[in-house]
Amino acid sequence: MLITCPYCGPRDVIEFTYQGDGNRERPQPASQDLDAWNAYVYDRLNPAGDHNEIWQHSGSCRAHLRVVRNTLTHEISSVAFTRGDHKVAARHKAEGKS
Amino acid sequence: MSPRRTDAGGRIDRLRTIRFTFDGAPYTGHAGDTLASALLANGVTLFGRSFKYHRPRGVLTAGVEEPNALVTVLRGEVREPNIAATMVEIYDGLTAVSQNRFPSLAWDVSAANQLGGKLLSAGFYYKTFMGPAIGPLKSTRFWMFCEHFIRRAAGLGRAGTAADSGRYERMNAFCDVLVIGSGPAGLMAARAAADQGARVILSELEPHYGGSANWSGETIDGMPGADWAARAAGQLEGYDNVRLLPRTTVWGYYDGNTLAALERVADHKERPGKGEPRHRYWIIRAKSVVLATGSFERPLVFPGNDRPGVMLAHAAERYANEYGVLAGNRIALFTNNDSAYRSGLALKKAGAAIVAIVDVRPELSSEMRELADEAEAKILFGHAVVATEGGKALSGVKVQRFDMVNGALAGEARSIQADCLLMSGGWSPTIHLASQAGAKAEWNAARQAFLPPKPTQRWPSQRWIGAGAFTGSFSTAEAIAEGRAAGLSAAGGTGVPTALPVVEAAPGGPDPAPVFEIRANGKSFVDFQHDVTAEDVRLAHREGFVSVEHLKRYTTLGMATDQGKSSNIPGLAIMAEALGKPIPEVGTTRFRPPFSAVSIGSLAAERFGDLRPQRLTPMHDWHVANGATMYSAGLWYRPMIYGHPGETIEQAYVREARATRESAGIVDVSTLGKIAVQGPDAAEFLDQVYTNMFSTLAVGKARYGLMLREDGLAFDDGTTWRLGEQDFLMTTTTANAGKVMQQLEYFLDVIWPGLKVHVTSVTDEWAGAAIGGPRAREILAACVTGTAVDNATLPFMGIVHGKISGVPVIICRLSFSGEMAFEVYSGAGHGAHVWEALIEAGKPFGLVTYGLEALGTLRIEKGHVTGAEIDGRTTARDLHLDWMLSRKKPFIGSAMMDREGLIAPGRLELVGLISLDNQPLNGGAHIVEALDEANPHDSIGHITACCYSPALGKYIALALVKDGKARRGTRAHISDPLRNRFGPVEIVSNHFFDPDGSRMHG
Repeated sequence: MLITCPYCGPRDVIEFTYQGDGNRERPQPASQDLDAWNAYVYDRLNPAGDHNEIWQHSGSCRAHLRVVRNTLTHEISSVAFTRGDHKVAARHKAEGKS
Repeated sequence: MSPRRTDAGGRIDRLRTIRFTFDGAPYTGHAGDTLASALLANGVTLFGRSFKYHRPRGVLTAGVEEPNALVTVLRGEVREPNIAATMVEIYDGLTAVSQNRFPSLAWDVSAANQLGGKLLSAGFYYKTFMGPAIGPLKSTRFWMFCEHFIRRAAGLGRAGTAADSGRYERMNAFCDVLVIGSGPAGLMAARAAADQGARVILSELEPHYGGSANWSGETIDGMPGADWAARAAGQLEGYDNVRLLPRTTVWGYYDGNTLAALERVADHKERPGKGEPRHRYWIIRAKSVVLATGSFERPLVFPGNDRPGVMLAHAAERYANEYGVLAGNRIALFTNNDSAYRSGLALKKAGAAIVAIVDVRPELSSEMRELADEAEAKILFGHAVVATEGGKALSGVKVQRFDMVNGALAGEARSIQADCLLMSGGWSPTIHLASQAGAKAEWNAARQAFLPPKPTQRWPSQRWIGAGAFTGSFSTAEAIAEGRAAGLSAAGGTGVPTALPVVEAAPGGPDPAPVFEIRANGKSFVDFQHDVTAEDVRLAHREGFVSVEHLKRYTTLGMATDQGKSSNIPGLAIMAEALGKPIPEVGTTRFRPPFSAVSIGSLAAERFGDLRPQRLTPMHDWHVANGATMYSAGLWYRPMIYGHPGETIEQAYVREARATRESAGIVDVSTLGKIAVQGPDAAEFLDQVYTNMFSTLAVGKARYGLMLREDGLAFDDGTTWRLGEQDFLMTTTTANAGKVMQQLEYFLDVIWPGLKVHVTSVTDEWAGAAIGGPRAREILAACVTGTAVDNATLPFMGIVHGKISGVPVIICRLSFSGEMAFEVYSGAGHGAHVWEALIEAGKPFGLVTYGLEALGTLRIEKGHVTGAEIDGRTTARDLHLDWMLSRKKPFIGSAMMDREGLIAPGRLELVGLISLDNQPLNGGAHIVEALDEANPHDSIGHITACCYSPALGKYIALALVKDGKARRGTRAHISDPLRNRFGPVEIVSNHFFDPDGSRMHG
């Protein structure tokens, strides 16, 4: 499986660490809604098809990426920074940090 | 001259004689021989004993699919079992032994097993090892005792106990076109793709390129097929864009056209060349793949089809044409298709007599009759072999009239004298890799075989093209045409109208008669390696196993190391007949990696041995030079003890720990994880990350912190130092350094991207030394310049900056040992220099160096927790760290930590244990209320860490015990049946020594 890191380009999955289901919504830190916390910590969708996932490019730039991966075919239809801030990428590129 | 070696022919080097041994007896062969061909040439027909019945077995095939002739190869102390003799290239000094026989191969006591054949039928293990459900032996230990012997009787080679001395390496490769298989199809494909400029890798599992061209006796482009193949491979070697991989088995086809292969680099040599690994594990990422993997000939299923001397037809043809070895002198053939006729003729030409060709088909083409005439063979069409005769070698076969429409036998059985029977039950394309890639095989009624499907767009990342026998095109001319087309297409090129090589081949159609089994009295083997008979398959059906996947697991058909390469289709056909369904409705099992056996060493490759990375602290060389015994902790190496001559480990660590409490000790703590947490929101971030408050920490002070996981369980602990308003230095445990870093990055990147914080791993930038003990402060005072280190300047948890021997250092007064202690950090490049300066300054004060064992002892005496107690199941409360859980702010895990189950009574809580019999305690030992050595039960907890405590003069331990806090002051027992250690203990607080901390506060 190849994941195309926005910083580093297409890289083998061996360089990445799966960081969990990207559909989880973390309650506000002070929330006491145990059901919401329970859903965040334990409930998973496990879809047969496109799945929203978080991967970290731990073997390289260490950025966290939001990856849409088809669980049946391993096709990856989109990759984006979780920070959603492409200016960051552009700035790092300009500074030669990629 | 060897009894079975022909006078001429074959591709062996007759001028080079090679000496080897099999079961201790010396033999010779020639360069180019396999162990199988060399032994056959010496007249050896008995290669091993079978799995369950210990029946004598010979060699069935000439290649990777061999189920019978499995041997153990010995290299010094290292033994490798279950290697197919057909795949072992002989070398001088090769030592091989047969398997599953006692006391010898020729005379085996367990062969009596075949008399009790019913006892060992399908599902034997399931039925037997459940034990009798009723009766006097129900669930008894006696039954478990018997199981041991029954299991030993069945089986193949025995694994060795010596460490594997081989070296393995891993290689990543990329190419435009990977061609798997170098028969005529593969050679053509590689050439066509290479001519288009594509980067090509051609892999071949055998030592030579050419596949069937090496032994088919056909002529290609006017020259013998073997010469044509050698020329074609030689031309490919001249291409810069082609890499040839001989002795390389592609064994796995994974997502995204990633393929795994095993290259046997040095197995055929006496010893590997300089720097050469034994095996190389290739991970090949190919834009497209050409599968030219050929096909396997199938055996026929009839009584006695496993007797030594019964062989696949093409295998004997190959032994004759490629190795110059005759499988027999008087040869009979038994076939349901045309291909065996060519094999018979080849053996006739090589010097054997063909006594009969037994063909199940009632009518034959005139071409086949001509071939049989040329071989001077008597044809018995409409006949079948119903038995084989002989003992450990074949002496003859029995044949009977056979009606292939209803399977009926008729007339008298006749005997034919023969020392070799060649069988051919048709051919199955080697579709394993395509199946791994997700393709569902399709039954082809004409070929009587599962063919690969056309690749579909369902798996867009899997781009393969088939060619040759793999697609069911069994003739060489078709293989050549398909190979070129596949190579062109894989490289994205278009056809150029040049002439294809011309093939001259014996005539023959590709389609066999639909006959898989001859039903007659006697054991008819389907799976030779697992001793599964046709009757076993029918028994499984009668017992209700109707799914092919269940059949496979119940009978173990196709589950041996050969993975059913020869038995799969006959087994399915028999099952289909029992079910009364056509074969395609029964379906085939899905092939999974690996295609053939893979050495575990190759998968581990650089992760072990001299290629494994090591992390060394800046003071590593000093430790080694000063007598430290190093201990591997993850990738790190840390001093375990600095032993004096004649000291035991216990004596050494007790001396080190005692000296630390009496004067001073110093330990290398450079391995602790260190993370710089910096930015305007750093303090706010740490308040979320830690259970306790860090925003209130003053600059120049440190604080002990605890982290939880999101689910509320304890995660890691360590101190964090505030070096500036926006600048923190976090320390973590050695083991969790990576995980903590990842957790911090995750929260900053995913959960709170708005926080202005940057985290940087600085573990390797800092060297750390912890110096503690009653005289530690005096030692620092003697060597630190630029700052005072007295109580006012450097209070508990205070931080100062100074210099030691001219090097800038940060000193923090904190204590893991429970003594007045300081951690001294310097830049990693100066670590050894600062360490030596501290050692020198400590000399007048009795400073000792101490290792991990003494470090553990000091912390156990203090009751501090580490990874053994923060084990992913304990909460802060379980560890009596609830005083660190802030109620003023939320933090990671705060919402989940008070869940019902995490605060319920009955949880394992941290306690101390004192051995009451003054004997050592063991890590992992269980704790019980009442001792029952014969039948240990009702554990109330376990020991997490233990030592001899010089401060208490007792053997002590930390333990996690159910409701431990409430049990303080009571007695219990440790129960450790594995190490036969039972004894009384007292449960106490985990703070054994100086519980109010007066020593560290000074």
